[in-house]
Amino acid sequence: MSAPVLRLSLITKRFGTLVANDAISLTLARGEVLALLGENGAGKSTLVSILFGHYLADEGSIEVFGQALAPGDPAAALAAGIGMVHQHFTLADNLSVLDNVMIGTEPMWKPASDRGAARRRLLDLAQRFGLAVDPDASVARLAVGEKQRVEILKALYRGARLLILDEPTAVLTPQESESLFATLKRFVADGMSVIFISHKLDEVLVAADRIAVLRAGRLVAERARAATNKAELAYLMVGREIAPPPKRSARQRGPAVLESSNVQLRDGGRSRLAAVSLAVHSGEIVAIAGVAGNGQGALAELLFGESTPTQGTLKLNGAAYPRTPRAAVTAGVARVPEDRRAQGSVGDLSLWENTAIEQLRSPPFARFGLLRRGAMQTFARTLVTQFDVRGATHGDALDTPARLLSGGNLQKLILGRALSSPRAGPRLIVADQPTWGLDVGAVADIHARLIAARDAGDAVLVISEDLDEIFALADRIAVINHGRIVETRATADWTLAELGLAMAEKRAA
Amino acid sequence: MIQLETREQTSRAAVVVAPLTAIAFTLAVCGLLVLWAGAPVARSFAALLEGGFGSRFALTETLTRATPLILTGLAAAVAFRARFFNIGAEGQLYLGALAAVAVGGLHGGAGFAWPLPLLFIAMMAAAMLAGAAWLAIAAVLRTRLAVDEVVTTLLLNFVVLLFVSWMLDGPMKDPAAMGWPQSVALNPALELSKLIERSRLHSGLPTAVAAAALLWAMLKFTAFGFEMRAVGANREAARFAGIPVNMTVIKTALISGALAGLAGAVEVAGRTSYVTLDMSPGYGYAGIVVAMLAALNPLGVVLAAVFIAGMFVGADSMSRAVTVPTYVADVIVAVSLLAMLVAAQLVRYRVRWRT
Repeated sequence: MSAPVLRLSLITKRFGTLVANDAISLTLARGEVLALLGENGAGKSTLVSILFGHYLADEGSIEVFGQALAPGDPAAALAAGIGMVHQHFTLADNLSVLDNVMIGTEPMWKPASDRGAARRRLLDLAQRFGLAVDPDASVARLAVGEKQRVEILKALYRGARLLILDEPTAVLTPQESESLFATLKRFVADGMSVIFISHKLDEVLVAADRIAVLRAGRLVAERARAATNKAELAYLMVGREIAPPPKRSARQRGPAVLESSNVQLRDGGRSRLAAVSLAVHSGEIVAIAGVAGNGQGALAELLFGESTPTQGTLKLNGAAYPRTPRAAVTAGVARVPEDRRAQGSVGDLSLWENTAIEQLRSPPFARFGLLRRGAMQTFARTLVTQFDVRGATHGDALDTPARLLSGGNLQKLILGRALSSPRAGPRLIVADQPTWGLDVGAVADIHARLIAARDAGDAVLVISEDLDEIFALADRIAVINHGRIVETRATADWTLAELGLAMAEKRAA
Repeated sequence: MIQLETREQTSRAAVVVAPLTAIAFTLAVCGLLVLWAGAPVARSFAALLEGGFGSRFALTETLTRATPLILTGLAAAVAFRARFFNIGAEGQLYLGALAAVAVGGLHGGAGFAWPLPLLFIAMMAAAMLAGAAWLAIAAVLRTRLAVDEVVTTLLLNFVVLLFVSWMLDGPMKDPAAMGWPQSVALNPALELSKLIERSRLHSGLPTAVAAAALLWAMLKFTAFGFEMRAVGANREAARFAGIPVNMTVIKTALISGALAGLAGAVEVAGRTSYVTLDMSPGYGYAGIVVAMLAALNPLGVVLAAVFIAGMFVGADSMSRAVTVPTYVADVIVAVSLLAMLVAAQLVRYRVRWRT
């Protein structure tokens, strides 16, 4: 076996008391695809950030193609032939594909840029690896999968021989993921090496030659693909047997709680929702599946009471849908927003203030404009116990600023707050990406609570980009594509491939 | 390269040590300046303290100066809490002063012919209303059309100053002022009572302190105060939670403008008796410094205002005692503000040096 392309030796990185990477040593061979598998927070992104020079390791060293790599310097990493495709793309939306690829590759003092040569080189690379792009297209108009292709081409254009992809499939449909894996195969056939990060067991078993499992900052195992299986990887990744998903009782669904018929939402001439017809009944979970950016945000906004339909009718329990967030809460809509830190909580306010904020002006919490702080704190104390919110470590736990809570605990608080509002009849629960970025334990907890709410007769609408989550939770799955609900079926009537096709299908916007 | 990393936990000791370090740093920097001016450092600082706080006269002068600063400081603090950056307290102060004279000084030099208590209340109300209405322009532009309030409030200051200048040379000119641009005087019966014999200290001070206490209680104990803090800390989350963000910003602006207008009325009724173009040595702008120094805490505003007033009063007497220019007061205030802001950041973040 030839000398490794990459050698990480005893990389350690601490953030305060947290050890994000604990003495990790890894090698990567020429022509190899290595998957870094682990839960959120296991240290995968930290490790590749160190490799690419975004972070400085506290200990350890890196060798690339036999040469020591200067730590903490992305420019050195680029020069050494490392290319990185971030989970959140780093493209300039207002520029063309060609401009994005060329950015930063030409010296500042050069009077004129040689766009002709750059275009030829880009098209040549695109053809060689089967990454079709239009060099003159504006990046803002590209679909997510296409943007990812541009990111990859950008790395290749800079001469990357070692490509790192951070959660590359998170934004892709199953079909797009397959085509990405085919591209990776071409890279390694060409003598390049690839590291990709994932927390999805199925895809690492499809795409990787070797799998390195990280857990809580440690490298717990390395396995060749042929020598392992899904069950073993799951066990290694989580560190314990995973409880089987809660048994789902067959249940009679009740009357429709949410009824949406041909709802449209336009925003300054731009269509955000083209046609949404959907019903969610008491006692069922309906999931909205779709590729990111196909109207999920607009739909959530509508149901949160933050905007009103431009056309069509939207009803809650047969009455007109509430038109403000406060009215939505009063009417029994339990809301879990996509971004728990930017939308779901006010980081600088205390935990108890955050639990009461949705019902701030309601009689139990305010009288004559004066806060009833005692009542608010009692409410918060009950909620924290009931929903098992942890992480308040010092002083009076309820006074802890919400920003100090971990993602999972913050999400429990937000869900608890939503489910603790007064109700009359079945609630409508709207959960937008309810488990995004949470660890397995927190995910199981949130799922169990959503299912329990369903069993208690609530109507649950889950918007998610995680198909595993959708299949685990939903009684029915509706696909959103270009602002339309294109198809709704019972979960058992969908196959993964059909779902992917419905999500990806091109249609006139 | 320098990076800031959030500390996992802010230590109690750091909260105490940081401001003390900031003060020490300020003294050191200003000590160097005093040395450069060729004066003995110890004697200069002694003169500064003596002149600001060291005698009955010094103390009453400092507190007299602090009175309008508390009110403009509160005007800035309350607005900044909701992330509405009112830079226009100076203009609102002048409009408040004009409104006070318009109600209590015009009409034959005695104001409206109303019973005195009613006239007094009307005078104060008019001043607050004038300040509030003026700031409401910027608040509405901000909430309806997303026009940056930093720009509008700042520029509206110049409009006010020109308006005042016109008033003082025209409709409100004092005929007895021998051509000086000066308004007619307030009805003497409306002037604020003196707190201490043979000093300029007036009942505006307890009024300002009461306003600070009231504001503190409002932020802590009322639903509106909660909404204001939520809007200031995270507008998006506040909106999601059902707080009427725009209305909260407008109400906050009305309170802020009213406080600055009140500062103008208190200055006229407590100190100057009439409006001139130089009645405020930048109280409106200094209020921003006061508010920042107090970390936007209304009770802290009182202390910060007294500190800044003391520095200015003390610097005047220091420059008479030793040959150090009064500008040193500006430097002290500016350096202490910067040092405090840096100290506050260091309590929350730690600095990492990277190569």
